[in-house]
Amino acid sequence: MDIPASVKPVIPQQQKPLSEFRRQLRTSVTAWLYIAPAGLLMTIITLFPQLYQIWMAFTDYNIRNLRFNIFIPESARFAPNVVGIENFIRILNSSLAIENYNFGRLLLFNVVWTVANLIFHVSLGVLIALALNSKDLIGRKIYRALFVLPWAIPGYIAALTWRNMYDDRFGAFNQLLGVINQTFGTSFPTTTRWLLDAQPPIGGILSFLPLAFYCLLITNIWLGWPFMTVVATGALQSIPSELYEAADIDGANPWDKFWNVTVPMIRPAMVPAIMLGTIWTFNNFSVIYFISQGGPFGRTEILVTQAFKLVYEQRLYGVASAFSIVVFLILFVITLINNRITRATEAYNA
Amino acid sequence: MHNAGKKTLRQIGLQLFLLLVTATVLFPIMWIFSLALDSRNIDKPLELTIIPPGASLQAFRKVMVEPFTLLCKDPGNPSTCMTFVRLLGNSMLVAMGTALLAVMLGASAAYAFSRFKFIGRQAGMLAFIVLLMLPSTATLAPLYVLLSQIKIAGEPLRATLIGLMIAYGSGALPFAIWNLKGYFDTVPKELEEAALIDGCNVTQAFFRVILPLSVPSLAVTVLFSFMTGWTEFVMAWTFLEDPSRFTLAMALRSMQGQYSTPWSEFAAMSILMSIPIVVIFFSLQRYMVSGLTVGGVKG
Repeated sequence: MDIPASVKPVIPQQQKPLSEFRRQLRTSVTAWLYIAPAGLLMTIITLFPQLYQIWMAFTDYNIRNLRFNIFIPESARFAPNVVGIENFIRILNSSLAIENYNFGRLLLFNVVWTVANLIFHVSLGVLIALALNSKDLIGRKIYRALFVLPWAIPGYIAALTWRNMYDDRFGAFNQLLGVINQTFGTSFPTTTRWLLDAQPPIGGILSFLPLAFYCLLITNIWLGWPFMTVVATGALQSIPSELYEAADIDGANPWDKFWNVTVPMIRPAMVPAIMLGTIWTFNNFSVIYFISQGGPFGRTEILVTQAFKLVYEQRLYGVASAFSIVVFLILFVITLINNRITRATEAYNA
Repeated sequence: MHNAGKKTLRQIGLQLFLLLVTATVLFPIMWIFSLALDSRNIDKPLELTIIPPGASLQAFRKVMVEPFTLLCKDPGNPSTCMTFVRLLGNSMLVAMGTALLAVMLGASAAYAFSRFKFIGRQAGMLAFIVLLMLPSTATLAPLYVLLSQIKIAGEPLRATLIGLMIAYGSGALPFAIWNLKGYFDTVPKELEEAALIDGCNVTQAFFRVILPLSVPSLAVTVLFSFMTGWTEFVMAWTFLEDPSRFTLAMALRSMQGQYSTPWSEFAAMSILMSIPIVVIFFSLQRYMVSGLTVGGVKG
């Protein structure tokens, strides 16, 4: 992750090399005092459980060990056994006792899910931001207000609504197809089992993606693009109009202007948004858990939904913790690659 | 003439595109409205209509007035059951507490990261991002144990609304700090330096210069952390024991039974729960574009 260049202290300073270190120390103390409240809270409430989770990942922690309490020494007999990296091995070579579990497929699906979502979120988000930002648009305010709705509705509610819309008998999609058939005399099937059909709609190398994947993708696109539109709008509004005027004088067509003015100018705002979007989508629990529940046959499961099931259905805390660490490591690598790619393209655009 | 024609054509194209987007945005929302108005309490509308046959506001009335018989201290006595108003009160308390905690502690920490060059700065920033990437799936168990240890008036902190606020607030902090730091970076340092020369100390400069200029990003941070507190229910179900402390999100979850769900009421409840968030979103919309910096870029 890229950390923006540090800001120099604002305190006026005398240039004495000897006191340099002491001054730096004093600034540090002041700075850490500002961070202390947040830092303290997060150390206790977030960091401690996370460290505990890392420890659990190397044990066989399960439902029996829930009576173990680190603060009560007498409960030591409920402590889990340390099993080393066994949990990780079982995760990676797919020898967990879960139905339809295959780590390679899970990871592939998780990556495809993230990439597909981000492509749509970003391109739709920017496209709609451009449309909303165009000169003399009628009804701009109304559109802007309406377009935050998918973002504003609590995600859990949106997911359950979509789940019902995909219902094979009474869902909105099959009904809509029925209406289209009646109106236009077409004959689309109206009994599609959107979330349950195991037959992949696209064969070949995409045959590992069931119909439910496309349903989930549509739902998550619906949920995700408004965020990108808001970020892109902010960036678009900060582009000085002189740049476009200069491009006009040079005889640039709209296509050239988009790639040579708009894209490089909104890039700095979009890159962090894309990185954040990658993390959110990679770990997007609610859409998958509440719509397809990982089905059919576990083929739309992602890493975090699998980990959640390990905890709440099987109480295998140790394995689930190991899962969390695996997710973190993968995300870390993706972020590094992301950073590399964006830096490489930076040089091209400059 | 030619130019004007081109302009009209362009406007028509844009309007068609944006109307299509509007239709897709509104479709699921209309659908759930239709479900809420349906008096038959069926799980899916039988046909695509906005106003179903026999439409009534019965479901809204039932949710808002009648007690939730699943959430009672004493299941035999309906007067001990939770009502919509009491659930709303708890949700408001938790969500506002979460937002306040995140924005206050977040602003303070973000100020340090934005304005000081200090020992451990890089490591500190990195720690927040790492925490954002680590899934918290299995951390509920240790957090449960931890918050049970701390007692307030003889009661474990875990089972109180304050405990929930603290847990949610801590979860909302990494984003809050990241977003606020990004915005503070865009406030010109000269303004602060002028204040320092005028005799302010660093803290005064923070409160009198930086904070008033950062209203957009403070608003966005409040909104996001409010949403966390408003919609979370997994942790709340695990931690809270006393039904009188339950929240709207928990009540909504409890309506989703294993075998039967009162769908009209569920839909009505979903709409009622979404309204406050949508209202806050709309009222803060003018801050939305500039207040969301996601990581240190001027918007």
